[in-house]
Amino acid sequence: MAIKRREFLKIAGLTLAAGTGGLTTFSALRNGILEAAQYNRDPKGLKGSRWGLVIDMARFQDSKAIQKISEICHKKHNVPTIPNPRHEIKWIWQEGFEHAFPGQESPYMADTMRHQPYLVLCNHCDNPPCVRVCPTKATFKRADGIVMMDMHRCIGCRFCMAACPYGARSFNFIDPRPFVKELNREFPTRMKGVVEKCTLCYELLAIGKPPACAEHSNGAIVFGDLKDPNSEVRKLIASNFTIRRKPDLGTMPSVFYIVSGKEERLGGHEHAG
Amino acid sequence: MYDTGKIFVGIAIFLLFVAFPFYYNLGKAVAKPEPSIDTPVINQMEKRQCVESKQTMKTLHMKMLNDWRDAVVRDGQRLYVATDGKSYNMSLQNTCMNCHSNKKKFCDECHNYMAVKPYCWGCHIEPKEGA
Repeated sequence: MAIKRREFLKIAGLTLAAGTGGLTTFSALRNGILEAAQYNRDPKGLKGSRWGLVIDMARFQDSKAIQKISEICHKKHNVPTIPNPRHEIKWIWQEGFEHAFPGQESPYMADTMRHQPYLVLCNHCDNPPCVRVCPTKATFKRADGIVMMDMHRCIGCRFCMAACPYGARSFNFIDPRPFVKELNREFPTRMKGVVEKCTLCYELLAIGKPPACAEHSNGAIVFGDLKDPNSEVRKLIASNFTIRRKPDLGTMPSVFYIVSGKEERLGGHEHAG
Repeated sequence: MYDTGKIFVGIAIFLLFVAFPFYYNLGKAVAKPEPSIDTPVINQMEKRQCVESKQTMKTLHMKMLNDWRDAVVRDGQRLYVATDGKSYNMSLQNTCMNCHSNKKKFCDECHNYMAVKPYCWGCHIEPKEGA
């Protein structure tokens, strides 16, 4: 069966038309975004180049004060309360001195300082080891210094948990939603198989509000830009003795603790850890 | 030829098995999906207009949601300026579902028909609706 020249050209033409049509549809789906549309930042959003926190531990001598802050945070972010400690999820919690600042304790340090609880959370390190090990870039460093989690990308390998020297990350071994007492319907939960941690309330910063812990601490937690020499955090760090968690590891944490000074109970002033 | 009978019986059984979905569903037409936009918020709108045109949303909503999530989570950009110049907060849970508060009749209607299972709702909280 021979094919005539005319027929061949017809078929070739139709194939070409179909192919081009298909290609257009394909590329519309691929680049998909309408050209006139664009993305913008909320102009109300806070701008900074390295967000950090200064925590005045004199104001958190009572573990109830810490509990209150962590409840507010966990409620806001739908962090589940799971009774089994092996499945526990935490964003902000309390530790003893020897766990928060190992190597900096001494047998002669003030009792209050040694026995008081310490408020700990993700340090949003300048040199975050969790980001280095993440194989999918699910955790990444934002330009403003926040070590962010993209839950959509997390594959649950838990390398970041092994890398984080602060234990700031929790893995969802089970579906967390049944354990969230009261859902905040404006924020998502997480699903089984992803790692989560504090995100420095990026969703609040984006609309011009400080992180929830700082906002509800009556000034005991101060939030600000560490790169701005005139910021309140810088002034506090310059005028108080502050320590950071495990600074010798070179992660350069962005959370500073004022551990000595104001309160009488410490009995002295200088505690050069 | 040896075992002709067995071979033909075998082929017949095989075809019967393979074609099972076809004759099992024969004559049972599945209803065409009809996503509904009958929600209180949409009904109150003067001009029923989504973020982009209906056709764009139909063909590209999945791509758009993907781009939105990257813009918000990775680039910290939360405002979508649509083709018509209006600004929207890019949020599945707070913007999309605020109007489309009928997930079952809006999202699931087509997704179930097409057997696609987006995992949005593993984390994002779906709107409350009566069963």
